Amino acid sequence: MKTRISFSSVVWLFVGAVYFFVPLIATLLFSLKTGPNYSYSLSAWSQVIHDQEFWKTVKLSAILALESIVLSLGLLVPTAYWVHLKLPRVRTYVEFVTILPFVVPPIILTVGLLQLFNNDLHAPVWYLGQPYTFLVSAYVVLAFPYVYRSLDAGFRAIDVHTLTEAAQSLGASWRTTFFRVIIPNVRQAALSGAFLTLAIVMGEFTIASLALFNTFPVYINQVNQEQPYEAASLSLLSFLITWAAMAGLLLVGRPPRSGRRRFLIVPARQTR
Amino acid sequence: MGYLELQTLERHFGSVKALNGIDISLGEGEFLSLLGPSGCGKTTALRLVAGFDRPDGGRIVVDGKDVTHVAPNKRDMGMVFQAYSLFPNMTAAQNVEFGLRIRGRDKGQRKGRVAELLELVGLGHAGDRYPHQLSGGMQQRVALARALAIEPRVLLLDEPLSALDAKVRVQLREEIRRIQLELGITTLYVTHDQEEALAISDHVAVMYGGVIEQMGPPSEMYTAPKTAFVAEFIGTMNRLEAQVVDGSAGEVEHAGTTLRIDAARGHANGERVLILIRPEALELRAAVDGSAQGANMLSGEVLTQTFLGPVTRVKVAGGLISDMSTAGAAALPVGAHVVARVPEEGVQLLTLPDDAPALAELALDDQ
Repeated sequence: MKTRISFSSVVWLFVGAVYFFVPLIATLLFSLKTGPNYSYSLSAWSQVIHDQEFWKTVKLSAILALESIVLSLGLLVPTAYWVHLKLPRVRTYVEFVTILPFVVPPIILTVGLLQLFNNDLHAPVWYLGQPYTFLVSAYVVLAFPYVYRSLDAGFRAIDVHTLTEAAQSLGASWRTTFFRVIIPNVRQAALSGAFLTLAIVMGEFTIASLALFNTFPVYINQVNQEQPYEAASLSLLSFLITWAAMAGLLLVGRPPRSGRRRFLIVPARQTR
Repeated sequence: MGYLELQTLERHFGSVKALNGIDISLGEGEFLSLLGPSGCGKTTALRLVAGFDRPDGGRIVVDGKDVTHVAPNKRDMGMVFQAYSLFPNMTAAQNVEFGLRIRGRDKGQRKGRVAELLELVGLGHAGDRYPHQLSGGMQQRVALARALAIEPRVLLLDEPLSALDAKVRVQLREEIRRIQLELGITTLYVTHDQEEALAISDHVAVMYGGVIEQMGPPSEMYTAPKTAFVAEFIGTMNRLEAQVVDGSAGEVEHAGTTLRIDAARGHANGERVLILIRPEALELRAAVDGSAQGANMLSGEVLTQTFLGPVTRVKVAGGLISDMSTAGAAALPVGAHVVARVPEEGVQLLTLPDDAPALAELALDDQ
């Protein structure tokens, strides 16, 4: 069936596209300029790509993102499962806690984390001095709301109780139930959480900068202060990385080969 | 000693006694339905047998072995749930295969068994479909095949048909019974649908308020209910509260009318009793001058007529219900004065304890 698109929606679409694309095009044009004559060339891009620091910081941020994803999912998938299975009443409180990272400003979070690890927990220097340890701890906190909420939606869409009990009655241990039945069915939710974490870590500036770690966003900021054309190309590159992550999310978020999964409404459990 | 035994099983949720000491003994290969309204404890009992919940008292014994404290995944009980228990990430065949994989059966053995079971439930062609590609009835067939695949010691079914259409429900319940008889598997079936329970069980246990009100073969539950609750819950029943006026003559008084009933003989004078008459045993006739004539007659006005197919159910003021031929009912339109003859024989009588609640207070649903 053909759907008629109204004139006003075309106008709004156009306005939206202008709003979205003009800054990007302007940035692209700017990044292509060089020297006193403002001639067009790829020199800024070439300089960025040939900069050792660029690759070093991208690599660092990517590793941090990966680590944060592994840690977040490792912590939160079992937690969300347990909350849904055994502690449904706690769900409201957990949801409240997931809002906290939004309301605490990053500078407070950094100072607070330093205080916690340094003064309260007496964390060793190697822990505080390494991005792989200290920064990742902070990123897991930052990603917590996104990862938990994605997982929560995933767990709501399946009947956790019945699936668990069905697996157990068939002889499955907790381990088998978790890995063979639960995880495959919240896979998409876990992947959404993972990609949101990736996007957050690849763009996080405040904490990294305050804690004096040279991650990709910190590097962009440094370049921005001295080399405006290169900074423009870097900004676009960072966009591309984020978009690639989004595209990845769309791809893996696609339904399995057999068409869209239909979540059936389960009748209310009989009161016991 | 039975194959499956529930011995004074108790389960409390706070101050609520969900199960108040029930005893069940089921022979090998027998089919028992736990029947009752919501909250009667039937699902709690089933979950205790499955091992998903632990009792506060009593024992569960299977084939002479106490399994009360055995983990659910070590009990070898096949369970079919109310709905949508199939693993969404696996095909029908993989679902059936799941328990066999866990038991470490080799591939050839698994394939053969899966094919055999899918064939048994009539889904030999649908093995490679995912649960969301199957109808509700087909999903429950797969769930049944999956539960049977592990060759369970006991098959447990928790209202497996309640989410299905009426027609599929009848069809599938007959198939469950056919398969159960074919495999000779000891089965515990939970339902709130009395027709379903009567149709497929060897024994029915009617539960109410955490206790078993009565247990016996379906025909006995229908013809000889032992409590007011069972009488009400199984089928439709006319229940007339009365008082024995002459125990030796079998005379009772109901709403100012004296009725002679065989079953009342030997009851003490002044005893409160409940007269139970099936609607098909109550004859209605048009009243000649608006009042009851002759012995054992009650009168009233027709309130409603409900066409039920083979019969028409006529409700009469005063709480009488009669199932009569549709042609006969046509002569008794709504508003007509009718008389009902209470038969002397074949009517049941229950003694009401002095502290028994009035019938209206019995909480019943699905009726």
